[in-house]
Amino acid sequence: MSIISRDFFVKNIIELIIRSETILPMDTVIALENTWQKESNTVAKSQLSAILKNIEIAREKKYPLCQDTGIFIFNVTIGKNIVIDFNINDAICEALRSATGTLPLRPNVVHPLTRENSLDNTGDGLPDITFNLTEGSDFEIFVYPKGAGSENMSRLAMLKPSQNEEIKRFVLETVFAAGGMPCPPIIVGVGIGGSFDLASRLSKKAALRPLDEMNDFEEELCDAVNTLGIGAMGLGGDTTALAVHVNTAHCHTASLPVAVNIQCWANRRAHKKFV
Amino acid sequence: MEHRLTTPLTKEAILKLKAGDILYLTGKVFTARDEAHKHILDALSHHRKLPFNLTGAVIYHCGPLLKKTGNSWQVVSAGPTTSERMTQMTPALVKNTGIRAIIGKGGMKGTAPLFRGRCVYLAYTGGCAVLAAEGISRVANVHWQNLGMAEAVWEFEVKDFGPLIVGIDSYGVDLYEKVLEKASEALKAIVMASDST
Repeated sequence: MSIISRDFFVKNIIELIIRSETILPMDTVIALENTWQKESNTVAKSQLSAILKNIEIAREKKYPLCQDTGIFIFNVTIGKNIVIDFNINDAICEALRSATGTLPLRPNVVHPLTRENSLDNTGDGLPDITFNLTEGSDFEIFVYPKGAGSENMSRLAMLKPSQNEEIKRFVLETVFAAGGMPCPPIIVGVGIGGSFDLASRLSKKAALRPLDEMNDFEEELCDAVNTLGIGAMGLGGDTTALAVHVNTAHCHTASLPVAVNIQCWANRRAHKKFV
Repeated sequence: MEHRLTTPLTKEAILKLKAGDILYLTGKVFTARDEAHKHILDALSHHRKLPFNLTGAVIYHCGPLLKKTGNSWQVVSAGPTTSERMTQMTPALVKNTGIRAIIGKGGMKGTAPLFRGRCVYLAYTGGCAVLAAEGISRVANVHWQNLGMAEAVWEFEVKDFGPLIVGIDSYGVDLYEKVLEKASEALKAIVMASDST
């Protein structure tokens, strides 16, 4: 027997979408507050306090933080013991259509060539839903709305296997080329290895990791990024990136794929554990 | 330096603003993005009168989200959009309408010489859509609504709207360009250091 009804699931996904758009995760709020505290540039400081105020108003009023409410990425973790008697993809799409009207969300989804807007934030391939199968009895949904300003600044390179030292340069050049356009302070997700497409997925996963867990290599990259001095909104300042995260996978002996995914300060993510 | 100005803006008022200064604006701003720019330029080239007066006016690169209750509009979200898309249409706007300031995000590459003695570019914090909505006290009017909510020209009455950062001043100084010049030097230094190890 199904562990939950379709109606209950849809209702909860609508709530999850609304939460992801209106309340920023605590780790990001703390990172922004710390950044504000130690910022020495007055212009950057004014931008950071505007961001912190905006976060507070959005939470109080239950309004979307940013008018670019993004496109939607869902990650479903489901255990082998879980029985569901409805189509999860369809139910997620229904919840997204409904939230588009009620919150409201900006209708952002268009056909790539005709640019015709679906008006309900769904379309071919969107929302992007991935399933992770586990051994136990988990049933958990993660949602990540992604805006275009930062996504458009992301890049991928197929480096030569001997070009290990080029990784750092590629990350820095990507952040430099982006300047103020992805709404810094940003989070930089780097995917190294795998294949052309796996590197991209790794970079997105890396961008979505909690902000307080950088290793030495990531710290080194983050320090280098912040040396550029691009600062909040590209107007100059001490902090360009709140964090740089690197996820790796094994790859072909003849390849070295590197992907850099950029996330704006509105680092929106939320999850709901059903079981 | 911090300034407080009221619209319409005079040439004397904007000459006081220097790149990097902070400004809070009271008075009126006109939203205009891609389609509104096209419409304004089209009217100018055909010598048609615009339905609004842009002398001393402030243009805001913004596609707002509003709710209508009864006969009145409520602004839900009104953050800045990327100004880069309007760069090509801006010279004609600045030269022919008498606007004194443009609010947006991300800057407008190469426009500093055009702004000299005429106009300033003001940066509003990207993503701060609900904060911006708080600074708007009233919707005074809306023009060209047939373009859709995001593309129409909205006349917003604002009070202490900001913080706005003077990104490009009327002396040809572009703060974004200065930041990128420094970043470029820092990048070269890091790359050279890692090349030599």
